[in-house]
Amino acid sequence: MPGVPLFPPQASTIAGEVDALYFFLTAVAAFFSLLIAATIVFFAIRYRRRSNAERPPELEGSLALELAWTIVPLILVTVMFVWGAQVFFHMNRPPDDAMHVSVVGKRWMWKLQHPTGQREINELHVPVGRPVELTITSEDTIHSFFIPAFRMKKDAVPGRYNTAWFQATKTGTYHLFCAEYCGTEHATMIGRVVVMEPDEYQTWLAGGPVPESPIKAGERLFVELNCATCHRIDSPGRGPIVHGIFGKPVKLQSGETVIADAAYLRESILNPAAKVAAGYQPVMPTYQGQVSEESLLSLIAYIQSLPAPVGGR
Amino acid sequence: MIMSTKAAVAPKVHYLNADYGWKSWLFTTDHKRIALLYLVSVTLMFFLGGAYAVVIRLNLIEPTGSLVTAETYNKLFTAHGVIMVFFFLIPAIPATLGNFLIPLMIGAKDLAFPRINLLSWYVYLVGALITLHALINGGLDTGWTFYTPYSTAFSNTRVITAGVGIFVTGFSSILTGLNFIVTIHKMRAPGLTWFRLPLFVWAHYATSVIQILGTPVIAVTVLLVAVERAFHFGFFDPARGGDPILFQHLFWFYSHPAVYIMVLPAMGVISELVACFSRKKIFGYSFIAMSSLAIAGLSFLVWAHHMFVTGLSVYAAMVFSALSFTVGIPSAIKVFNWTATLYRGSVSWQTPMLYAIGFIGLFTFGGLTGLFLATLGIDVHVTDTYFIVAHFHYIMVGGTIMAYLGGLHFWWPKISGRLYPEWWARVSAVIVFIGFNLTFFPQFIVGYLGMPRRYHVYPAEFQVLNVMSSAGASILGVGYLIPMVYLAWSMRYGKIAPANPWPATGLEWQTASPPPTLNFEKTPVVHEDVYDYPKLLESKEAVLV
Repeated sequence: MPGVPLFPPQASTIAGEVDALYFFLTAVAAFFSLLIAATIVFFAIRYRRRSNAERPPELEGSLALELAWTIVPLILVTVMFVWGAQVFFHMNRPPDDAMHVSVVGKRWMWKLQHPTGQREINELHVPVGRPVELTITSEDTIHSFFIPAFRMKKDAVPGRYNTAWFQATKTGTYHLFCAEYCGTEHATMIGRVVVMEPDEYQTWLAGGPVPESPIKAGERLFVELNCATCHRIDSPGRGPIVHGIFGKPVKLQSGETVIADAAYLRESILNPAAKVAAGYQPVMPTYQGQVSEESLLSLIAYIQSLPAPVGGR
Repeated sequence: MIMSTKAAVAPKVHYLNADYGWKSWLFTTDHKRIALLYLVSVTLMFFLGGAYAVVIRLNLIEPTGSLVTAETYNKLFTAHGVIMVFFFLIPAIPATLGNFLIPLMIGAKDLAFPRINLLSWYVYLVGALITLHALINGGLDTGWTFYTPYSTAFSNTRVITAGVGIFVTGFSSILTGLNFIVTIHKMRAPGLTWFRLPLFVWAHYATSVIQILGTPVIAVTVLLVAVERAFHFGFFDPARGGDPILFQHLFWFYSHPAVYIMVLPAMGVISELVACFSRKKIFGYSFIAMSSLAIAGLSFLVWAHHMFVTGLSVYAAMVFSALSFTVGIPSAIKVFNWTATLYRGSVSWQTPMLYAIGFIGLFTFGGLTGLFLATLGIDVHVTDTYFIVAHFHYIMVGGTIMAYLGGLHFWWPKISGRLYPEWWARVSAVIVFIGFNLTFFPQFIVGYLGMPRRYHVYPAEFQVLNVMSSAGASILGVGYLIPMVYLAWSMRYGKIAPANPWPATGLEWQTASPPPTLNFEKTPVVHEDVYDYPKLLESKEAVLV
């Protein structure tokens, strides 16, 4: 049928892997469905009741058959499990050189920001052949960032940073959907992903006014929100300094140790008393309700960009 | 053919005419009458839920979804899901066929707690009325899944009222499960050992275990939602230190096992039908019985496969993926054993068998597509799309409802004392099968293409597949209406049914059709093995038919 697609476009490095796995499962499913259907139809016809006088033989079961139809499916599902887990691991391991894009879901739109600061709504322009890592969160309820052509989907959960990545392999325009029901306009929380040649992407980036990058915005917010008074290398030491802290272990007052990742930094800004670093007093006021999701992402990007101080404080 | 050579005579007094008047029904403690109260209630719920589906499918004929507004559409699919899951699929087989047949099958006069049995119907009714009140006055737009924080903080619809209704109805499910377990343990006829129990009874035993262990969790979960919504507690609200994902863990901890509350009794029905219409002992009896228990146990360990894209750790995802595959094995064992039962049988193509064959095909396909969802690498792409919608409709509509209809036809002579019209019944079984596949098969394709579920409008390229689905749904609707008409008709005009028309093994067939109020003239004593068709066929009864 012209104009009626039966298979989605394959436009990312992962898409081929997912589809290969999908074809394997489809083959298994088709084989067993047909096997069962054909056997049943064959038996139902071959052994149909011709007379009421028929006396079928007594067959109570067979251990050999029971074992066979336990073990064969077990082997097949083991293959599916291992293969599926491998693909899933690959989906969850963004390459180190990925370009970072932040995604904030909000009823009913997608707000995206490029590492260079360009913002987009319901549209994402990306260069072909370059891995893109997404940090996904939500301002309100749960959404799900879904690009079928890339076989990529990840929930946008309020209060959490989820990550996902893709590397587009084909230029073109693809669907972007919200896959988690989020209320009235859920079905129109859609957009498009435009995959461009790298040089076109550069031209596109240069097209608008020069924006403030997330790191620059974070630096500005860091001062505006008075984080700098306590947490910068030149501050008097009421709070832990944030230089070089990202991704490092932090000892807490409770004796536990946590990794200072995006989720920890976010929590420490919004709910500072939750996990106080060892050696400090819980004196920081909460910023709950005062910092937008985008500003939080900028602050975290800024903190992440700060190098560890040479020779300590 | 099921027509007897000499006309059957109905017993003078039976459970249907032993007592008259509305009080004799509304205050009855007879499990058979309570089963009929449930039958009427769940049938009404089924057609109400189906009516919502009709409007949903009509709206999706056009990509612009021009029939209803987005708000209305969201309320429609929520109402469809809530009604079908909580008020039809969960009680459908256990509360009607299970209620009617378990005492008969084990040679008992009634369930262990007849008054609790009646109470469970009233509890169901109250819960249903509360929920229907919410769905009709104001509506509910959370989806049947009630995901937070949408349900707690964003929806402007009747979340608390609907939740209270579901909370209440849960107790009816718990009471039924409790009643079945005690009955099966304590009230079996002399000689009816555990491994002489019909597989229908085993399946209901396994189902009851899930009902008792799982239902309290959903009760607590909807209560938490109501409390958070009413009093702004922070169980699920991240701004108050809660976690919206916690809700999903709690919800699916019940709601995945609930799928097996819907499908295990269906499997029990199919085991009875396959044996009867092949005139053979069921192949691998103990494997089928134990696989029901295995499914009930494993069903509690797989819930997070609904949550692979929520940001669950990759290791947790792997554990849940592996466990989800294991549930497939006991299901596969059942399918293979049913198939093997036909081998060298005397296979009759009467209506219940048509439904049974349809069930095996559709359940097999539904189960196999479940493997796609247990496979991590595929689930990411298809979760929350129409692939999921197609998969669970293959299990619940292709599975549970096919078995329900098959069982209803099979035991109709026992329930009503009348025979249904065979020709019409076969025609409608074929219509249901065709309509079902046309409705739901295209949804696998549109799902893999990426069409998300719960979309009121959609990109134009998905239209052809959606139109096929809508066309199929109208055929399916006809297929469901026809049995309604002829079954109701047969209650008055159908031929009088003999005690054992097929003939079939099982104690329920050794008493009159319809049975007397206390089921048996005297307590039966069991000497035979289960499904002893060779022996039955040697008996006098079989010669009659």
